[in-house]
Amino acid sequence: MTSNSDFTLYGLSFRSRLMLGTSQYPSPAILAEAARASGAEILTVSLRRESARLKEGQDFWRLIRDIGARILPNTAGCYSVKEAVTTAQMAREVFGTPWVKLEVIGEADTLQPDPFGLVEAARILSADGFQVFPYTTEDLVVAERLIEAGCQVLMPWGAPIGSGKGLNNVFGLRTLRAHFPEIPLIVDAGLGLPSHAAAAMELGYDGVLLNTAVAKAGDPVEMGRAFGQAIEAGRAAFLAGPMESRDMAAPSTPVVGRAVLS
Amino acid sequence: MRLVVNGEPQEVSAATLAEALQSLDLAEAKVATALNGEFVPARARASTLVKDGDRIEILAPRQGG
Repeated sequence: MTSNSDFTLYGLSFRSRLMLGTSQYPSPAILAEAARASGAEILTVSLRRESARLKEGQDFWRLIRDIGARILPNTAGCYSVKEAVTTAQMAREVFGTPWVKLEVIGEADTLQPDPFGLVEAARILSADGFQVFPYTTEDLVVAERLIEAGCQVLMPWGAPIGSGKGLNNVFGLRTLRAHFPEIPLIVDAGLGLPSHAAAAMELGYDGVLLNTAVAKAGDPVEMGRAFGQAIEAGRAAFLAGPMESRDMAAPSTPVVGRAVLS
Repeated sequence: MRLVVNGEPQEVSAATLAEALQSLDLAEAKVATALNGEFVPARARASTLVKDGDRIEILAPRQGG
């Protein structure tokens, strides 16, 4: 965390610290253009049922392949360890990557991770050679268990998926950062604005994963660009060392030499 | 025989999972398969027998966050 060029995930280094989801864009062409404008080098994808008639997945795969980013398959929608592990196994074969964004959802309204299932699935998948990116909360004990299970990256939520609320628990995220200074930490989910992403980076987070904030913007391409810039700015600010905040004003213009004009 | 393919009951003429994919016109597609909830790797499809009432999941790349 000392330079701008050491964003390394499971031994692979990236220039961009933005990981972008591929869902809910107005069109495939806008998705491709937004991904390029954002500078993201990692895109998240899923697996869903393929219709023999429509073969939608085949077209989507060609689009993603042409963008040329690294693929991070997710286990979105899985509520049990069994579903998540089986989905990860299927994704590894289809996408040819050991990477998996592990989601084990515990509650439908908040799409909150099930920390117990998450740790169990992470242990099973890590033992099977997967490189797990767990979608988790900012809970320190769960984070510790995930690392014990074999995770070398943690992805705490900012806020519930798709809510656009930003960083709901800055204190918790800051504590997590302080507690695990060497583990790549990525804020995943709940961001709505580039300023939210910049705030995560200013806390010292290594990266940001988001989808809806770009896909559902009025102009996803420009919003992708804005997030890319905000993440760079936030990272630079973190490295530069922000000033301490204070409760009372302190004049920035010198007091000495002030004219007496009254 | 009657298989449940991606949740839809369907008449499929096949002895193996590979033949089922063939008859569904998905043999060449970029898909992963599961039989009755268990992952079946591509290399094992030809030797995996299917029987009446089996549930097959055929999954492909799709948008995700």
